[in-house]
Order: sequence, then structure tokens, then C-alpha cells
Amino acid sequence: MREAEAEWTGLMRSAISGDDAAYHRLLKAVTPILRAAARRGLARAGQPVDQSEDIVQDILLAVHLKRHTWDANAPFAPWLFAVARNKLIDSLRRRGRRVFVNIDDFAETIAGEPAAETASASEVAAQLQSLPARQRDVLQSIAVDSASIKDTAAKLAMSEGAVRVALHRGLATLTARLREE
Amino acid sequence: MQTDQLIRTLAADNAHRARPVGFALALALLAAAPVSLVMFFSALGVRPDVMTAMHDPFFDFKFAVTLALAISAISASLHLSRPEASLRGWGWLLLIPAGLLIAGIASEMMMPQRLPMMTRLVGSNSKICMTAIPLLSLPLLAAALVGLRHGAPARPAVAGALAGLLSAGLAATLYASHCTDDSPLFVASWYTIAAALVTAIGALAGSRMLRF
Repeated sequence: MREAEAEWTGLMRSAISGDDAAYHRLLKAVTPILRAAARRGLARAGQPVDQSEDIVQDILLAVHLKRHTWDANAPFAPWLFAVARNKLIDSLRRRGRRVFVNIDDFAETIAGEPAAETASASEVAAQLQSLPARQRDVLQSIAVDSASIKDTAAKLAMSEGAVRVALHRGLATLTARLREE
Repeated sequence: MQTDQLIRTLAADNAHRARPVGFALALALLAAAPVSLVMFFSALGVRPDVMTAMHDPFFDFKFAVTLALAISAISASLHLSRPEASLRGWGWLLLIPAGLLIAGIASEMMMPQRLPMMTRLVGSNSKICMTAIPLLSLPLLAAALVGLRHGAPARPAVAGALAGLLSAGLAATLYASHCTDDSPLFVASWYTIAAALVTAIGALAGSRMLRF
């Protein structure tokens, strides 16, 4: 568990210095833990656990858009769990219950959680359709069609810079809409 | 959408770098400052005897208190914009302006008095003080909230309250140069009530605006 956390911190530091692959690995590594905690939170609130993937995606978006608030000299796990806890409480509250989430919910699961299969959720996908056309096209191309930024730029007749801007704005808009829901 | 797809998309956006929260806060406050300054100079202005007043330690003392409030609230709000942060170890920062006020009141008590205590406490500007500080702080409060939205506070209402305190501190700094009531007793009562009002507005607005 300690080792996993130390590894995350290292991956996040690499990510911030521009290593996209390290960032990808980090997000993949933390997702099963976030998923297990989301399920536990839903179960405790007496709600169907099949909504857990919406919460996981919500947390991942928040991690992505708020990662500049992480202090690179501090360990990554406490920051991650604070973000996750905040989003989990928020989601449960939106679903109509007041619940207390224990920070240990996250820490406990680090050891020996089976690498879960990838799962699908509907909220992000639904909001994707409501984005401005350009942001939607770019996100669609990169997320759903697995195209690279370069290929997306060629396909949509945009510059790579414009694709990057639309990608980031799209993610930010998506997150804002999910929050307002 | 598959979570794997989302993860790949987020990784593709890794190159995007957000500015630090402190930068966003500074930028927002700098943009709003002219609004408060125009409000101040068109409605109130600096008191006419400011050149002589500057030699009165109790006049200067007001700025020490209001700036201490603004600076400590700015530091605490930036600290709290990190999700894992708590006020523990930082709350004492906010005691600095309160401690200064107590020291100011005590030292005034030891001076030979020109005016009775109640006169100093009630002053002659309490109504203007209670109106001007909240009004001058509103543009700054809005700016502080916009800047702090860049962060990820776990307790949005507390972060909003700090935004209220910091804007009240800045607005009170302006107002102090207009006000002719220099007694620390006056500052401790009326400035505090005005700041508390702005803090409450900030907490309310923050609990909505600063969720992430």
C-alpha cells in the first residue's frame, strides 16, 4: 500500500513534467480504488451500486482539472483521496442522501483490490452530446474514435493547437455541466 | 462512455497547464481594485487632514489592522484552496489582526484621554463605516470568489468566508483613510461588524460558487 502510494506520487511528478504515458498509467492505477470506494459509498447510502462508474468518471475529471492544486512536494494519495471524497459526498448528496464518507474507505482498498474490468457510464456520454459542436467533435474523435490529437486535427481540418484548446475546454465544460445537474 | 476512453482523453490533455490559484486570485483582485477605488474616490475620498493624521499612531494603527486582516485571509484562503488542507495550524493567522486590535485598545487605555470612552466607541462615522466597507468590498469579494474558483476547497463555505474577510480587509484599508474615527475601540466595533457582514455574504456565496 505504501509502495503503491509512493509510485503514484512518482507518476504524478513525471506527468506534471510532461510525461503523458505516466499520467495515463497513474489514472489507470487509481481507478479500481476509486471504483471500489464509490461502490462502498453507494451501498452504504442504500443506493444501487451500478451508478458507481458515473462517480468514478466524475472523480477522474475533477482530478484532471484540479491537479494544479496538488503540491508536487507532498504525497499524491492524500490529495487524491480528498478530491475523491469530495466528489463522492457531492454525488451521494445529489442523489438525495446525506452520508459520511470515511477517508479510510479509500486507503483500505489499495491493498489487494482485483484489477477490475473497464466499465461504462452514461452521464459523461450524455453531457458530451450537449457540448458546442467543435468541442463535441474533438472529444468524440479522441475519446470514442481513439484518434490522436494529430489525426483529429487532420480529420477536422483544425490546427493541433486548436484541437488542444477545444479538448481542454470541452473537458472543462463537461465537468461544469455535470456539477450543475 | 467507457472509463478507459475517458482516461485516454484526459491523458491526451496532459499538456494543458493551469495557472496556480494564487496567480488567478491576484489577477482577479487587480482587475476589481479599480472599481473599488473609483467608488471610494467618487463617494468618500481621503480625509482632508491626512497629512497631519499620518503622524498620529492611532491613525496608522488602523492600516496595520486592516492589512493584517487582508494578508492573513489571503494566505489562509490560498492554503484552503487545496482539497486536502484544513484550517488546523492556519487559524492562528486570523488571530493576528484580533491581537493587534486588543493591543491597540490596551495602549489607548493607558494614554491620557481627550474624549470619554463611549464617545470614542460610538464615534461620528459608524453609519458610513457600516455602509462603505461592505459596499467597497463587494467588487473585491466577487473577484476573490472568481479567483478561488480556480482552486479545489474541500469546504467551500469556509473558503468563501475567507474571501469575504480578505475583501473586507482590503475595503477597510481604503475606508480607513477617509474615516476620522481613529480610536481602536471604534475600529474593533464597527469595522468588525462590517467585516462580519461581508464574511457572511462570502460564506453564503462560496458554498455555491466554490464547489468543485
